[in-house]
Amino acid sequence: MSYLDDSIIDIRQLSFARGDRAIFDAVDIRIPRGKITAVMGPSGTGKTTLLRLIGGQLKPDQGQIVLDNDNIPALSRKELFKVREKMGMLFQSGALFTDMSVFENVAFPIRVHTDLSEQMIRDVVLMKLHAVGLRGAADMMPSELSGGMARRVALARAIALDPDLVMYDEPFTGQDPIAMGVLVNLIARLNKALGHTSIIVSHDINETLAIADYIYLIADAKVLAHGTAEELRGNGSEQVRQFLDGLPDGPVPFHFPADDYLDQLMQG
Amino acid sequence: MFTKIQALGAAGLDKLEAFGRSGIILSQAVFAIPGRQAWPLFIQQLYSVGVLSLIIIIVSGLFIGMVLSLQGYTILVDYGSEQAVGQMVALSLVRELSPVVTALLFAGRAGSALTAEIGLMKATEQLSSLEMIGVDPLRRIIAPRFWAGMLSLPLLSMIFSVVGIWGGMLVGVDWLGIYEGSFWSNMQNSVDFSEDVVNGLIKALVFGVAVTWIAVYQGYDSVPTSEGISQATTRTVVYASLAVLGLDFILTALMFGDL
Repeated sequence: MSYLDDSIIDIRQLSFARGDRAIFDAVDIRIPRGKITAVMGPSGTGKTTLLRLIGGQLKPDQGQIVLDNDNIPALSRKELFKVREKMGMLFQSGALFTDMSVFENVAFPIRVHTDLSEQMIRDVVLMKLHAVGLRGAADMMPSELSGGMARRVALARAIALDPDLVMYDEPFTGQDPIAMGVLVNLIARLNKALGHTSIIVSHDINETLAIADYIYLIADAKVLAHGTAEELRGNGSEQVRQFLDGLPDGPVPFHFPADDYLDQLMQG
Repeated sequence: MFTKIQALGAAGLDKLEAFGRSGIILSQAVFAIPGRQAWPLFIQQLYSVGVLSLIIIIVSGLFIGMVLSLQGYTILVDYGSEQAVGQMVALSLVRELSPVVTALLFAGRAGSALTAEIGLMKATEQLSSLEMIGVDPLRRIIAPRFWAGMLSLPLLSMIFSVVGIWGGMLVGVDWLGIYEGSFWSNMQNSVDFSEDVVNGLIKALVFGVAVTWIAVYQGYDSVPTSEGISQATTRTVVYASLAVLGLDFILTALMFGDL
C-alpha cells in the first residue's frame, strides 16, 4: 500500500481504557505523511481520545505512538512541549482564548515560540487570517464571531507556526451548510498549499470522504477497516456498510442492550 | 457492612489522591519560573483579584469598625473606661478580624471567580489548547493567579484595618464623644508592631495561600460541565472558609497562646 510507506505517525498495539471500558484494544494505525487522513466511527468510539493520545494529553495503557522517531507516551513533560510545537490542533469548540482579540489569538503561538519582531508577527498573522478569509475580523473578540468564523480563526491559529501535523477534532459538527463547505475546502486547500499532514476526526461521512486521502474506520475499540474512499466503499463488511450509508439498524443495534422488553413491561 | 467500610476507604483514598494532585499543582505554581511574559499576566491578575475586591473590603471594613466601636462603647461606658474603645477596636481588627474577614470575603469574591474562570477555560478546551500550543497552563494560567491572590490578601487586610479603625473613630469620637486624644493614645500605647501588626499580616499571608490554592485547584480539577463548575465554585467557598477559620485558630494559638 503506497500511502502507508511513508508515515509521519506510527501507532503500534495501542491500548487505552476508561474505567472498565476499553476505548482502544491493541490498535495499529499509521498516518501517511503529507496526506489527509480521516478517522471515522460512531460517536463515543474514542476518536477525540485518539487525538489527545497523539498530542500527549493522555497516556495510553500500552503501546507506542511514534511521531518522527519520538515515542510520545515516553517523553518527559519538557520534551512533550517541544514536540507539540510541530503539531497544530483544531478543537471541537474552537477553544479561542476569550480574553484576546482574533489577532492576538493567532499571534499567541508565534509570540510564545519565536522572537520575531512585532512587524513580522503582524505580517504572519495577517497572512494566516487572510488564508482563512478573516483578515477583516482581526480586531474582533471571539465572543463576536459566529461558530464557523470562530473555527476558522482557530484554524488560522493552529497553522500559525506551520506545523508538520494538523489535527482536526470534529471540524464540521454544528456548522451550517455554507460554513461547512468553506471549512471542507479550506482544510483541503491548506493541506495542499502548506504540505502538512492532516488528521480529521469526524462522523460527517460525505464531507470527510470528499477530501480524505486515507480513512480509518474505528468501532468497538478496533480498527474496523482502512483504505482509500473507493476501497472502503467496496468493502463488503456489513458494519462498514451500515456506517457509510447511515442505516439506523444493523450490526450496530438501534437498541441499547436491555432486558427483554415484554418481561420488563409485565414486571410492573 | 464490608461494602460500607470499602466505600469509606475508597472515599478516603480519593480525597488523599486529590490532596496529592493539589500539592503538585501548588508546587508547580509556586516554582513556575517567571518568563518574559509573566509580569503583565501577574499585574493583570493583581488587578482583577486584588483591586476589584477593594470595594467590598472597604465597605465591610468600615461597617465592622463602626459596629465594634459601638458595641465596645456600650459595654465599656458602664465601667467608665470608654477611652479604651480605640485600643479595643485596633487590637481586634489588626490581630483577628481584618485577616479573617478579609479572607472570608476574598474567598467569596475572588476565590469563586478564579474557580469559575479556570473551570470554564477547562470546559471550553482553552487549557487543552494552551497545552497543544506548547504552553504549560500551570505556568501561564495558574501561577500568575496564585501569586496575585497570595499577595493581594495581606494588602487588602491592611486596608481593611485602616478603614476599620477610621470607622471606629467616626462612631467613637465623632458620634459618641469619646475624647479624641485618649482614643488615639490608648491605641498607640497598646498596639505593638511586631506582636500585633506583623502577626496579623502573617495570618493574612497564610490565608492568602490557602484560599488561592483551594480556588485554583478546584478550578483546574473541576469536571468540565456546567454542573461540575457550579460544584467546584461552591466547594471553593466552603473549603476556603473552613480552612481560614481552622487555620486562624492554629495560628492564634501559636502567636498569642503563650500570653
